[in-house]
Amino acid sequence: MADTVLSVDNVTMQFGGVTALSDVTFGIMRGEILGLIGPNGAGKTTCFNVITGVYTATSGAVTFDEQPLAGLKRFQITKRGIARTFQNIRLFPDMTAIENVMVGVDVNHKTSVGGALIGSRRHHREEREGRDKAMELLTFMGIADRAGDAARNLPYGYQRRLEIARALATKPKLLCLDEPAAGFTPAEKQELMDLIRRIRAQGYTVLLIEHDMSLVMGVTDRIVVLDFGKIIATGSPAEVQNNPDVIAAYLGVPDDAA
Amino acid sequence: MSDWLIYRTFLDLTVTGLALGAIYALVALGYTLVYGVLRLINFAHSEIFMVGTFATLITATNFIGIPLLEEGNYPYRTGFTLVAILLACIVGGMVVSGAGAVLLERVAYRPLRGSGEHVGAVVLAFTTAFTVSLVFSETTRTNVIIGLIGTAPIAVLYLRIFRRGRQAPRLAFLISAIGASTAIAEAVAIWSPRDREQYQTARVLEKKVLFEFLGTDVRIDYVLVVIGALLMMTALVLFVNRTRLGRGVRAVAQDVETAKILGVNVDFVILITFLLGGVMAGAAAMMFTLVYDQTRFNIGFLLGVKSFTAAVLGGIGNLRGALLGGFVLGLGENYGAAIFGGEWKDVIAFILLLVVLMFRPTGILGESLAKARV
Repeated sequence: MADTVLSVDNVTMQFGGVTALSDVTFGIMRGEILGLIGPNGAGKTTCFNVITGVYTATSGAVTFDEQPLAGLKRFQITKRGIARTFQNIRLFPDMTAIENVMVGVDVNHKTSVGGALIGSRRHHREEREGRDKAMELLTFMGIADRAGDAARNLPYGYQRRLEIARALATKPKLLCLDEPAAGFTPAEKQELMDLIRRIRAQGYTVLLIEHDMSLVMGVTDRIVVLDFGKIIATGSPAEVQNNPDVIAAYLGVPDDAA
Repeated sequence: MSDWLIYRTFLDLTVTGLALGAIYALVALGYTLVYGVLRLINFAHSEIFMVGTFATLITATNFIGIPLLEEGNYPYRTGFTLVAILLACIVGGMVVSGAGAVLLERVAYRPLRGSGEHVGAVVLAFTTAFTVSLVFSETTRTNVIIGLIGTAPIAVLYLRIFRRGRQAPRLAFLISAIGASTAIAEAVAIWSPRDREQYQTARVLEKKVLFEFLGTDVRIDYVLVVIGALLMMTALVLFVNRTRLGRGVRAVAQDVETAKILGVNVDFVILITFLLGGVMAGAAAMMFTLVYDQTRFNIGFLLGVKSFTAAVLGGIGNLRGALLGGFVLGLGENYGAAIFGGEWKDVIAFILLLVVLMFRPTGILGESLAKARV
């Protein structure tokens, strides 16, 4: 395995008296697909939000590319190279699909305000390149045929893929997917698994939160299991699958076993 | 009144109504842009317009050397010289109003959003110290010195009051807006050479009749105002729909949190939004002085309320709505005034608003900057 892209060190997150994450430590290697799983309310999304800067951890540190993320604004974190999608889709509903992606591409553009105002040559070039880049991503995700449609009018599966395309547009070093398969049929899940593999093949590192065990088992290299805000297991899919603590957490501990 | 006269009057009213409407529309864009992005009614926008009228005036008198109307005749220029003068005036208005709007955002609103409160605290501290010093001394120089000395300790106090990272309640933004509005207007009242009196400005352009249209004389200033306003609006719409920053503005208008996640610098986008609104108001201010040749410290108030009405009428947060609302209001007001008498002009404007809102609560074209595609 290569070097660590992101490391989460002893992160604790409290909301008032509720501890959503307690002393969580794990790392993500460059080029791997890491699954973050756990039953409902285990703290998966909270963990995601700490990594992407939505919340500031009560204690502990998140280090990305060897630099701490503490104190950065969210747009700066994105510029550093962390992109994410949402559990409940959050596109810009009244923009077209391609415009949604272009907002992501814009992060890496350099035109000044003045340049944009007077329509400088550089701005035109960057707009054209941005459009090409966005189209390329839409094609990669297999949704280029509806590029000109408003995001709100796209079918559900397209919207999910559009969100991933938009996240990829920011050229992330780490792509965080929050339950990308929510609401998918088994066939669609299969397609999504292929897609995630292809994304990794392009050189991206992926952090995948997922509820669906079959998807996680099929696509990830390693899995971190959370339960009640604590890590109860880490390892390969096969190891995790046979871990008694994980089975207990997912299926509940039978009374006679206690 | 003969039919012919009614017809003539109608056409006259249409021409003046369009010019007035164009000015309303330009100012309305500022309300609409800020509302679209922040869901905030920027009540101090009217004063940004007022400041623009003074900037235009100062550009014309102090920099170009055109005398005030009452000070005698001005040999009107023509051709390229005239175009250069007009451009200088409009740029003066746009620069000052744009800068004013940006400063307003930094001082009156951004600290309430829980970021960048230092600039706000320093400026507020200076104005506080300066205002207090007015009680003790009447010479401006002493006031400024006392203001500067008082800035540091009072700024520290303000910084303790603004807690970092806290979003203030919505009402706080409104109070801040009204406070900023009064502060700007009163400051101009104190500083302007005529204090609170109506102020005749310089006349840059001879108001010649440009052409006759179906028996009505169309004056050159009206034509310039309508064309200028349409050009400004087209430029704005292109900016919002075709550029990276415009895309950022629309992204923030649709979903602030997601925009942040995608790397959009929201504070910067908000600054740009205020800048655009201010620039439009500055252009409107120059056009206003071109037509009416006068200004005053409180000239922004009624015009601001009317423009806000125009924005709501067309559908606030909607760029095309501001344009439509401006023209509907300008024309409606003029026709109404002709029918019911000039003193009913303002009443008619607001009744028009009430009637439209009764049947279409989100305005004629509906809300949302996000959807503003032309």
